[in-house]
Amino acid sequence: MSIWEFANPRQFMGWSGRALPWVAGLAGLCLSAGLIWGFFFTPDDFRQGSTVKIIYLHVPAAFSAINGYLIMFIGSLIWLIRRHHVSALAARAAAPIGATMTLIALITGAFWGQPMWGTWWVWDPRLTSFLILFLFYLGYIALWAAIDDPDTAADLTSVLAIVGSVFAILSRYAVLFWNQGLHQGTTVTVADGAQQDNIANVFFYPLILSMAGFSLLFISLVLLGTRTHIRARRLRVLFQKEMRT
Amino acid sequence: MIALLLRDLKLAVRSGGGFGLALVFFLIVVTLAPLAIGSDTTTLTAIGPGILWLGALLACLLSVDRIFGLDFEDGSLDVLATAPIPQESVFLAKSAAHWMTTGLPLTLMAPVLGLLLNLPAPALLAVTIGLALGTPALSLIGAFGGALTLGVKRGGLLLSLLVLPLYIPTLIFGAEAARRAAHDLPYQTPIVFLAAITLFAAAIFPFAGAAVLRINLR
Repeated sequence: MSIWEFANPRQFMGWSGRALPWVAGLAGLCLSAGLIWGFFFTPDDFRQGSTVKIIYLHVPAAFSAINGYLIMFIGSLIWLIRRHHVSALAARAAAPIGATMTLIALITGAFWGQPMWGTWWVWDPRLTSFLILFLFYLGYIALWAAIDDPDTAADLTSVLAIVGSVFAILSRYAVLFWNQGLHQGTTVTVADGAQQDNIANVFFYPLILSMAGFSLLFISLVLLGTRTHIRARRLRVLFQKEMRT
Repeated sequence: MIALLLRDLKLAVRSGGGFGLALVFFLIVVTLAPLAIGSDTTTLTAIGPGILWLGALLACLLSVDRIFGLDFEDGSLDVLATAPIPQESVFLAKSAAHWMTTGLPLTLMAPVLGLLLNLPAPALLAVTIGLALGTPALSLIGAFGGALTLGVKRGGLLLSLLVLPLYIPTLIFGAEAARRAAHDLPYQTPIVFLAAITLFAAAIFPFAGAAVLRINLR
């Protein structure tokens, strides 16, 4: 039995239906534990005060936004190479969720930036990259919505996702070159020798928990979205059959 | 391929197509910017490179839907698909024709319009070099976007949404080169990056664009 058999729509509907409640439940558990721990049982930062707690929404959302793009890219690649419909639909399902996560990261970032940097928005490399990422997501979703034939739409959006990924990386470095910003560097590294700049463990453990929660939430939403798209497509086929008879 | 290029050039010049449109749009942007912002010369010098780049980019965007759109509607694209040249060449020829009718005239106009914006000589040079190196990438990216939205009725908005994020690196490096030149700083690095983006675009977009054309003509 090869791994590709899981991508058979019937198989997929079977295992994803069984897995979905577990993944979603675990997501809820991790999220509520991580967020409640983070919001109520961690000390305030000595400089940032209680605004530091935005981190429990901001960082996981940003993390999921980037992973969403990754899922879209991989799904598109698999669709172009092996033409598994489920992978194209998974890529399609990942896009709106990724766009929402990007928006959450941008908005929570604005709320965090206002008291800390004194401004809602700066043209900082990270902020700008996220805005560009958001635009990419919007274009991808719009292209899916604009084309009627599902196979053509899947093909075109896959090519767009791949070209877009290349340009997303290019934009990232172009923006870095363009402007140095206010946003801090990476402080959440799991396996890294340089520990002194990392955030303190008090904040780290609930953060990891809510990152896991966001990832699980993301996975369950993608599964749900893919199942919805598969069902929509089955319905479409049924309607077409009915029209013919 | 050369015949196709010449045909597109003739069509653009004779039928009142994109040739004049992009140039006039560019002229309008540059004329309106000082009226909107104020004629203070130091401000104009500061924002001039950005205005020129923005104008060139939007003028390019204005005409990209014509690259394939008209040929798709009247069926010439189907004929071209059966012609004895690969789709990659069709894509390349059509984006080259687009560049010659928009990017090239824009580049030639830029120094003159730069004078209107009170740009110093080094900045004029940098804008011109930058546009000469950067506009081919804009044409290629635009042609790719145009190919993507072929099957979409009235896909103008969608086309801009798809193409704008792809234009960002070119815009950043181009405007950065001109800004550095305006402050008498060395601007070699962004120019080199700009050339790299164009070469890279010329390497990948014919293939991506041809794949998209094949899908749309299926």
